Amino acid sequence: MSDSTINSTALPPREPSALLGGFNWLARTLATVAATLFGLLVLTFFIGRLLPLDPVIAILGDNASQSAYDAMYRQLGLDRPLIEQFATYVGQVVQFDFGRSLTSGNPVLSDIARVFPATLELATLSILIATGFGIPLGVLSAMYRDSPLDYIVRVLTLLGYSAPNFWLGLMGLTLFYATLGWVAGPGRIDFVYEYTLTPITGFLLIDAPLLGEWQAFANAISHIVLPASILGFSAMAYIARMTRSFMIEQLNQEYVVTARVKGLSWAKTVWVHAFRNIAVQVITVVALSYAFLLEGAVLIETVFAWPGFGRYLTNALLAGDMNAVVGCTLLVGTIFIVLNLCCDLLYHLLDPRTR
Amino acid sequence: MSRTDHPTRLRAWLTAEIAGSSRQARAQQLWRALWRLRSNFTALFGLAILLALLAMALLAPWIATHDIYAQNLANRLKPPSAEHWFGTDELGRDIFSRVVFGARITLYIALLTAAIVAPVGLLIGTVAGYLGGWVDVLLMRVVDIFLAFPSLILALAFVAALGPGIENAIIAIALASWPPIARLARAETLSIRGSDYVAAVRLQGASKLRIVINHIMPMCIPSVVVRVTLNMASIILTAAGLGFLGLGAQAPSPEWGAMLSSGREFMLTSWWLAAIPGSAILLTSLAFNLFGDGLRDLLDPHHD
Repeated sequence: MSDSTINSTALPPREPSALLGGFNWLARTLATVAATLFGLLVLTFFIGRLLPLDPVIAILGDNASQSAYDAMYRQLGLDRPLIEQFATYVGQVVQFDFGRSLTSGNPVLSDIARVFPATLELATLSILIATGFGIPLGVLSAMYRDSPLDYIVRVLTLLGYSAPNFWLGLMGLTLFYATLGWVAGPGRIDFVYEYTLTPITGFLLIDAPLLGEWQAFANAISHIVLPASILGFSAMAYIARMTRSFMIEQLNQEYVVTARVKGLSWAKTVWVHAFRNIAVQVITVVALSYAFLLEGAVLIETVFAWPGFGRYLTNALLAGDMNAVVGCTLLVGTIFIVLNLCCDLLYHLLDPRTR
Repeated sequence: MSRTDHPTRLRAWLTAEIAGSSRQARAQQLWRALWRLRSNFTALFGLAILLALLAMALLAPWIATHDIYAQNLANRLKPPSAEHWFGTDELGRDIFSRVVFGARITLYIALLTAAIVAPVGLLIGTVAGYLGGWVDVLLMRVVDIFLAFPSLILALAFVAALGPGIENAIIAIALASWPPIARLARAETLSIRGSDYVAAVRLQGASKLRIVINHIMPMCIPSVVVRVTLNMASIILTAAGLGFLGLGAQAPSPEWGAMLSSGREFMLTSWWLAAIPGSAILLTSLAFNLFGDGLRDLLDPHHD
């Protein structure tokens, strides 16, 4: 996660404009998004079809006869011109047809729909933890700059940037599960509860209370708390660091001095006046960290045997299941682009200075 | 060189108020930078760790105490002791020696990736920024597409297509990490393309290629170096992640991420299996972050 990248993707340079300019801006932004989405299709097409791994061998195995190979080659349409293959691919994708997964035999889309709630649940809890700690820590760290608290926050953020989260997961399991026994182990819920819950929303933490299964709820909580905290840690580091630097910039402004001279308390100046000015930027950072959690989830889910999107992707990768890999890649790319677009719109709507 | 044989004269040469040649000016600039770095404790700490790692990687055969592939099943999963400083793994191999050799692989991946990413990003960014027009639009659109992915996901997709292995991991990570560099170099180029010295060179009849390579790229190098150093941390984390998933370096390679993956089932009872290679990854990426932050304070005038 590089700061400048994020800022620059979230904040393309734009000129001041009136209402008409606003429409222009929207049209330009949407055109850019459309072009990026198209590029995403080209990129995934290349990853899926053109790189050295032979898709025919991936399906038939190494020992297929030449005639079977040729038949599958034609069936996959690999004998047709590239541009035609690409058109077919685009046609399928816009109809949400990502093909069948080679490992599960189901359509990739239904596989993803099945595993995605687990990841969404994990990522949402993580972002709540990351925001709940990250924003206050960032603000306090800016308020009491160079105090012991500031140093602690800076060390924490540095660790969050530097520590491999899958390793923190392994260590967390060793310490809190195997040694101390404070939390439940890998998996989303204990086996005994697995079939007592009929999925309503797919989110265990919502389904269990709806069904009145409080024991299952407690069990699910004790399973999710460790992976969510560890996944949230690096997002927290990012949120705290960005909040701190936004806030420091605000606190150097003259209106802060004015507010203080008027007799406003330090806390009120910071939380009421300065915070309002950084709120939109902070929301953007939170939204982008949410998207980045998907990346972290791939590794964390492998460590915690979490039956979500990340583990599905990893298994597909290891099995050379390119339809599933391309489907997952497209999904993540689209989520990223849409979140970026939302951030841009939010900026435009909420912060009159960017207009 | 007569100047260099006497330390005080070298010092006087380095601190002279008026530089006599461009070479002296450059040496003085470097000297002042090092002087300022001296007071930045955390950056020096990062640099010290990096130098230690480099020494460890270069001298690995002499530092390692055991054969890194020698299995000894009678001696498996032994905790750290005088004989095995970091204990032994699930096949009875000495973890200390494997971590020492692992430094070679990690630095190999990080440096090779940086050696690919920095020139490519620099070239694409400066060309896009200087030429402008449709070249700029096209190249930046490509950058945006790549930036639409978290780098690990993109690297995973490329590895899936290329097949697992350390060289493919390097290609995949490089493919995923050049765009931010290009974007940075473009931004730098935009801020200097209108300056008088560029106009002067253009009036002398220099070709576009010459202007970009000789007069714009050198100006972008400091910020690119800072960005690449900071990116090294995430490159190392991505490489370790690929190794851990079984898509990067393959067992029995002593790559740190692969070490974390091979002993996983025994980790809950033998903490050193996870603790030690993981600490090595953490320390390395921490060192790059600390040193990169220090370099940024030193080289990047835009940063506060």
